[in-house]
Amino acid sequence: MAAKKNQQFDPVETLQAIEEKFEMVQVLNEEGEIVNKDYDPNLSDEQLEELMKRMVYTRILDQRSISLNRQGRLGFYAPTAGQEASQLASHFALEKDDFILPGYRDVPQLIWHGWPLHQAFLFSRGHFKGNQMAEGLNILPPQIIIGAQFIQAAGVALGMQKRKKEAVAVTYTGDGGSSQGDFYEGINFAGAFRAPAIFIVQNNQFAISTPRELQTSAKTIAQKAVSAGIPGVLVDGMDPLAVYAVTRDARERAVKGEGPTLIETMCYRYGPHTMAGDDPTRYRTSDIDSEWEKKDPLVRFRKYLEAKKLWNEEKENEVIEKAKEEIKAAIKEADGTPKQKVSDLLGIMYEEVPFNVQEQLDIYKAKESK
Amino acid sequence: MAQMTMIQAITDALKTEMKNDENVLVFGEDVGNNGGVFRATEGLQKEFGEDRVFDTPLAESGIGGLAIGLGLQGYRPVPEIQFFGFVFEVMDSISGQMARMRYRSGGTLTSPVTIRSPFGGGVHTPEMHADSLEGLMTSQPGLKVVIPSTPYDAKGLLISAIRDNDPVIFLEHMKLYRSFRQEVPEEEYTIPLGKADVKREGTDLSIITYGAMVQESMKAAEELEKDGHSVEVVDLRTVQPLDIEAIIASVEKTNRAIVVQEAQKQAGIAANVVAEINDRAILSLEAPVLRVTAPDSVFPFSQAEQVWLPNAKDIVETAKKVLNF
Repeated sequence: MAAKKNQQFDPVETLQAIEEKFEMVQVLNEEGEIVNKDYDPNLSDEQLEELMKRMVYTRILDQRSISLNRQGRLGFYAPTAGQEASQLASHFALEKDDFILPGYRDVPQLIWHGWPLHQAFLFSRGHFKGNQMAEGLNILPPQIIIGAQFIQAAGVALGMQKRKKEAVAVTYTGDGGSSQGDFYEGINFAGAFRAPAIFIVQNNQFAISTPRELQTSAKTIAQKAVSAGIPGVLVDGMDPLAVYAVTRDARERAVKGEGPTLIETMCYRYGPHTMAGDDPTRYRTSDIDSEWEKKDPLVRFRKYLEAKKLWNEEKENEVIEKAKEEIKAAIKEADGTPKQKVSDLLGIMYEEVPFNVQEQLDIYKAKESK
Repeated sequence: MAQMTMIQAITDALKTEMKNDENVLVFGEDVGNNGGVFRATEGLQKEFGEDRVFDTPLAESGIGGLAIGLGLQGYRPVPEIQFFGFVFEVMDSISGQMARMRYRSGGTLTSPVTIRSPFGGGVHTPEMHADSLEGLMTSQPGLKVVIPSTPYDAKGLLISAIRDNDPVIFLEHMKLYRSFRQEVPEEEYTIPLGKADVKREGTDLSIITYGAMVQESMKAAEELEKDGHSVEVVDLRTVQPLDIEAIIASVEKTNRAIVVQEAQKQAGIAANVVAEINDRAILSLEAPVLRVTAPDSVFPFSQAEQVWLPNAKDIVETAKKVLNF
């Protein structure tokens, strides 16, 4: 220790000083009280109500998706309950022209960006029509390779900058995704080009079963922004107002030409990793679950809105009924979509079907007509 | 017409398409001010500006992702992977992402990316520079893979690749960059992707090959001619999709074939070509179809590469086996 005093530069102290700087931003506490008045985004009453509606709707969508999956009526599904503030309040700060590059848990943001529900269901069922995005809908289908969307977001953002668009590329991954090389390359490229991107890491504490502390020795994921020379912010991901505010600020900086931001939202998924057999009791205790349930984004936002007389049981039930009806209609529409054929898929491998593929396409067409 | 080396023809093709289409962007490691380590992008930044020709951070995966994202914004990206041995760093972007973009979006999105990259043995590179990894690419549906063998072909094929709306891997053999010059028109022209070229006509044996092995095969054909054998050399030019019609037409004419590639026997595309001939023309054959390839080791350290690489002598030997069967 003595020798250290003689050093001009103390790397350990420097690291500690940086890590301590990354405090978690919170506006609305667990009791639904504003604790950070200066950073209250001051949303209008209509906006507050709309955001609440979206969160309630999405919670119902999650519950219904899980039960539809159990009935065999949906396929691949990654539960979202617990992450509503992180997903929907960040999305609430975006504009229609912004381009979303999602991970596979980010279906809600896509839906609120304009992805029809029945297409989300078709995606879940493994039907390519789910992924056929309407013209002008600025989203990609959910990415399966963890982190791949981060480098693509840098590219979309650079393209927007070259096109002089007033828009941003927004991408999401989880705490596990922040360990991927593509995570670093994505934030670094966007930083180097000062491209208008927002990188959101939803730190829901577990990458399938691997706890956050095994991913990295870094105290926060937000601080990884420092290595790319871009702003990073750690936010209470169960707090819709704080998530909204940091995303709005990141967006403002990006469209002003000030480059990308990395946002870490501290949150939790109540459900399993996906519906394909993951059992969270193998890696989480019910104590941890209930600790996070106390922080629930819907509970605190409901309290806040009720105190402002903007929300009540009647409104909540209206949203629930609307969600249930729309989900039912969307399932019906998905059911009515003709089954996809191998020949449909072979036909879209290339713009022009090459000789070898055409031969196979003819064989499958003949098979399918039997 | 001008006499051009292959590298000059490539630069010329890039210039032509950058002039034709303002959506064409050229980027990669050291391609800007430096003009690329082989000078393929020489002068482009000066002529077209830093907005369209730019250096990236040193990360191949990031370059791949950047290309995909720029493609989604309506650009026509032409990234360079500095050496194709570095492709493993960008495999997900190529095989996992670009190749699937059209398919996974139900035909609504594309990755109109042309990845240019030098490869190939015989120029004493360090490890991981020279490997023939085209077989990795051709095993991925959704990609097109082009390997020119002459300056003339390189220009016409590169222009077609850039205009193509599907991802194209454009592999440039380092030994061919400056090994000879050829008449190359200064005006624009295209050579369709997926079309082979008969580089030399013959009636006794077809040598089906691509890349630097075209030159070796031409030398071998000359040698064989001295013994009275008339040898046809089919340059595939595009190794995915294969020009199966041209391969079969040649084999049906000569009734004997060998397939020559620089890649190892277990790699490349030779096995696939043999299988296609078996499927479609076995009754035309007077002899088994044999292969001339490198042996199944990793690419050797440079002192051993001259022996490791297939050459005209190896081709003559194998050709004789088939001719005398």
